[in-house]
Amino acid sequence: MNDTNKNAPVSAVERIKRNSNYLRGTLVESLADPATGGLAADDIQLSKLHGFYQQDDRDRRTERTRQKLEPAYSFMIRARVPGGICTPAQWLKMDELARVYANNTLRLTTRQAFQLHGVLKGDLKTTIQSINESLLDTIAACGDVNRNVMCTPLAEASKVHGDALAWAQRISAHLSPQTSAYHEIWLDGKKLIDNSDHEPIYGPVYLPRKFKIGIAIPPWNDVDVFTQDLGFIAIERDGDLAGFNVTVGGGLGTSHGEPSTYPRLAEHIGYCTPDQVITVAEHIVGIQRDYGDRNNRKHARLKYTIDDRGLDWFVVELEMRTGFALLPGMPFDFEHNGDHFGWIDGVDSLGHLTLYIPSGRLQDDGEQTLLTGMREIARIHDGEFRLTPNQNVIISRVSGASRQRIDKLTRNHGLDLWRRVSPVRRRALACVAFPTCGLAMAEAERHLPMLLKHIEALLDKHAIGQEEISVRITGCPNGCARPYVAEIGLIGKAPGRYNLMLGGNLSGNRLNRLHQENAGEKEIIETLDNWLGRYAASRKKNETFGDFYIRQQEQGAS
Amino acid sequence: MPAPIKIQDQPFIEHQSLVDLNNVGARLDQAQLWWASGYLAGLAAGDSVPAEARPQPEQGLASGSWTILYGTETGNARQLAEILCEQAGAAGLVTRLSDLRDYKPSSLRKEQNLLLIVATHGLGEPPDGTEAFFDYLMSDRAPRVKSLSYSVLALGDSSYEAFCATGKTVDDRLAELGGTRLHERVDCDLDFESDAQSWIETVIARSKQAASADERPFVAVPQLHAITTQRYTRQLPFNAEVLVNQKITARDSSKDIRHIELSLDGSNISYVPGDALGVMAQNPPRLVEQYLQRLGVDGDTPVRLDDHELPLNTALSERLEITRMSRGFLEDYAGATGDQRIVQLLGDKDRRMLKRYLDEYQPIDVLNEFTHAISAQTLVGTLRKLTPRLYSIASSPDANPDEVHLAVAVVRYQAFGAPHWGSASNFLAGDTTSIPVYIQPNSHFHLPKNEDTNIVMIGAGTSIAPFRAFVEHRQFHGAKGQNWLIFGNRNFSSDFLYQLEWQRHLKQGSLQRLDLAFSRDQAQKIYVQQRIRERGRDLYDWLENGAHLYLCGDALNLAPDVHQALIDVIGNQRGVKAENAEDYLRDLKGNGRYNRDVY
Repeated sequence: MNDTNKNAPVSAVERIKRNSNYLRGTLVESLADPATGGLAADDIQLSKLHGFYQQDDRDRRTERTRQKLEPAYSFMIRARVPGGICTPAQWLKMDELARVYANNTLRLTTRQAFQLHGVLKGDLKTTIQSINESLLDTIAACGDVNRNVMCTPLAEASKVHGDALAWAQRISAHLSPQTSAYHEIWLDGKKLIDNSDHEPIYGPVYLPRKFKIGIAIPPWNDVDVFTQDLGFIAIERDGDLAGFNVTVGGGLGTSHGEPSTYPRLAEHIGYCTPDQVITVAEHIVGIQRDYGDRNNRKHARLKYTIDDRGLDWFVVELEMRTGFALLPGMPFDFEHNGDHFGWIDGVDSLGHLTLYIPSGRLQDDGEQTLLTGMREIARIHDGEFRLTPNQNVIISRVSGASRQRIDKLTRNHGLDLWRRVSPVRRRALACVAFPTCGLAMAEAERHLPMLLKHIEALLDKHAIGQEEISVRITGCPNGCARPYVAEIGLIGKAPGRYNLMLGGNLSGNRLNRLHQENAGEKEIIETLDNWLGRYAASRKKNETFGDFYIRQQEQGAS
Repeated sequence: MPAPIKIQDQPFIEHQSLVDLNNVGARLDQAQLWWASGYLAGLAAGDSVPAEARPQPEQGLASGSWTILYGTETGNARQLAEILCEQAGAAGLVTRLSDLRDYKPSSLRKEQNLLLIVATHGLGEPPDGTEAFFDYLMSDRAPRVKSLSYSVLALGDSSYEAFCATGKTVDDRLAELGGTRLHERVDCDLDFESDAQSWIETVIARSKQAASADERPFVAVPQLHAITTQRYTRQLPFNAEVLVNQKITARDSSKDIRHIELSLDGSNISYVPGDALGVMAQNPPRLVEQYLQRLGVDGDTPVRLDDHELPLNTALSERLEITRMSRGFLEDYAGATGDQRIVQLLGDKDRRMLKRYLDEYQPIDVLNEFTHAISAQTLVGTLRKLTPRLYSIASSPDANPDEVHLAVAVVRYQAFGAPHWGSASNFLAGDTTSIPVYIQPNSHFHLPKNEDTNIVMIGAGTSIAPFRAFVEHRQFHGAKGQNWLIFGNRNFSSDFLYQLEWQRHLKQGSLQRLDLAFSRDQAQKIYVQQRIRERGRDLYDWLENGAHLYLCGDALNLAPDVHQALIDVIGNQRGVKAENAEDYLRDLKGNGRYNRDVY
């Protein structure tokens, strides 16, 4: 443990969780308070563990203060979708909620979840109830608990995929909070008369910080497994799932100007069989619960627990708790962390169509009626939908007969963007940022289209327009769009200012490097022009931009 | 010590009294003079104002107390301010801690000792929510703070160009306004802990020195209420400078409601909450233009009005009623034009058509519908005289010295294919810099004399104005009576007038209950009368326990509906018939406990 924090008081959020009586707090009173569209301060923290965030329209904050009105509060609700797989009926429910209670948009997240934005306080309960009726839920979608468990959504070896997905769902269920507060507040469940609530895994204060788990199925690393607190890499033997390599201590969030915070890739600690997965996950969560830093939230992720005490200590502690030793890791190979657009035939003769959704935002805008289009598809589709870690969607398990109808619908609604946009655009990621995210320091989703226009022009200028360079932009250093492993990452510092990061790779196992701090758009474009030009001129065969950059850096270029 | 009073300069105190005063002044030391100033002020206040309106000493005046203000974005400034507060308290200093978001900027004028901890965010902006404070501080309205001793701790991030900009701004501005630095400003980077702690220790040490050196006994100096009779009248209004003209309904609101602040500086005008402000408006220029076009004459055309000759333009914009309909105008217009249709309308047994004209038309619509070639002078003869418009005052005079505030709904709509305007609301909301005003006392709508009495306030839309004044006033005077507001408007997110202030009052205990009815937030319309019925039991309890009831608003719809709801509640709770409930309300009225300001 970090000595400087030994005697520090526990952080405010710890106090709030502890006093909340298993996440009740005063949420019921907050919901009933007519004087504000927001929640009481402590409840804002607790609400995250119930799966929603209080936000406000930051474009209008100052204006409304002058108008003697509180900020235009609304809520972002996140629905958990373990492994990103949902049914057409669930899709239709989320679509309906987006139109009735949210701002007519449905957002697919980088963790394979759904987000509704702009829900008013008075509509929270109905919306959360409806999500639960559709057999999705919101609990633990945000907050200091295990979040939505990710899983590579598409693998041609569907036997492995099916098994891996089932484990993702089991881990998710096993690590779900058990408090009855969620049912009590949102689902009109019975009120506990005695104080018999308990959390067998988390305890009354939950985790010190968020906790992320992802399962990758090689050769795909679309879940960016090394950025997860706990990662499982599926190992295949003779077409079956043999077990998982285990990685721990990944995490991207940092704070500007605080060198004690840093992005970190996960490390391998061994291999386990499928039937050991739940035990391993539960005890790793337990170690973080017991040893994670509860005094300083900026130092509370598992990556710091491991760095402070050492990986060896961690493995010993884990083996002591599980009662078994992990086996040595198995060989595997990652090729790519992006999506594969268009049709793919699965092993079961069913088809899978991956569509590009700009920044994961489904909305109707002129000719491009993505929200309506997906609704139309959901009405006729009898397979599944799979949300990808790159904010895209796969129309999955399509029988041969339906392909044409689905192709037609995608064309009619502008959902065939993947055919028409540049490779760099298809791979790009952005977090939400302004105007709703309270953490944003700079634009991200709203700025991405313009940024890509500039980058596409540069790629064309240097005649490398078909290169699939990954571009990721976030409005703050917390890393929602995983910018620290992008080939070109922009991390917001202030309106119009970003830290420019260069040098990630396609398999997602290398952090990029800070190239230029606090740069404006003009400087960023100039820098990229220079580097892309050099890349086009002197790259090696099959060398990616990130690899080229790192090679140059190591040879002392600037 | 001040120079003795020059006797020849002071004609309003008789000679011998001045000699006495100078002699007394010369014999007293500094501490005694301070005491005497308070004593004399108290004497003056006691003579000229009724006891219940006498201002109370308040916090912030005391030279022995320290106000700690923080402006925070991420919570660091708050955390440091709390540490400062705790350590200062341990060192024996009397402190008062406040978030800049909750701090009333005009209190600045009363501060003696001020310690500020402010963060800077984005590219040099003050923390969210503190705009009002900084707007005020940087404005011309900011007070001189000659007796202020202060120090600033600035938080920032040195990787930004505008490092600690907010702290620098407030530090410089307070110096510019006459304040003295207790200790130089300290600018902290992201690793603020040690710099901040040493600033905290230094300011506490210096504050302790100042406290022990300063042996003036603390005497609250009450504000003097000057003249109690009104100098300015509707005949001779005061030209009040417009200080603030701020829309307080949101972008997407169906209404344009303005918060207007006017300066009464130099007028000696006094008022009490519940009073109204008379506004002598000028008519909308575009409407005057429509009249000129209808007549087909130039604005310079001379006309006679009250035995004076003046240009038609002036008559229409400043002297004549051109927005409100009246029966008198219809009669005179019919007389002047001989239009039998209007004569018939006026004489018709069925009054419905006439009512429609009176309710929906402006005089210009009559001129347009019943077109006649008439002279400018003839038209002038048919129009009524322009009368002042009265607005319920929205401010407490004690909480806002030399100011008066209004809540004004801007009347602007489309009818008969042309734009229509209200007169005073457009004048107030326009770009006029000065407004002729006077006070219209409204003695039946004043606060209870006893400050411990509970009050229930019911209103909708801009009729919230007097209640803002009531609650502000009671808070300022530390009144113990409880306050309950029942307010209605169209939409919560855009029309909750003064929302931030009501939230602050709830938080600070100056508003005990708030019930809201937003009619258009749901399919079924909800009005205040529904809330009254829902809260019937509590409302009746409050009345039984002596609460005074205030109703402000539109006489046509709100007042009768609320009255009926009250009858229902009282009838239900007492288990009596409507007539008896009427009696109950009548008794309340008779005892001055059911007060209405309906229009």
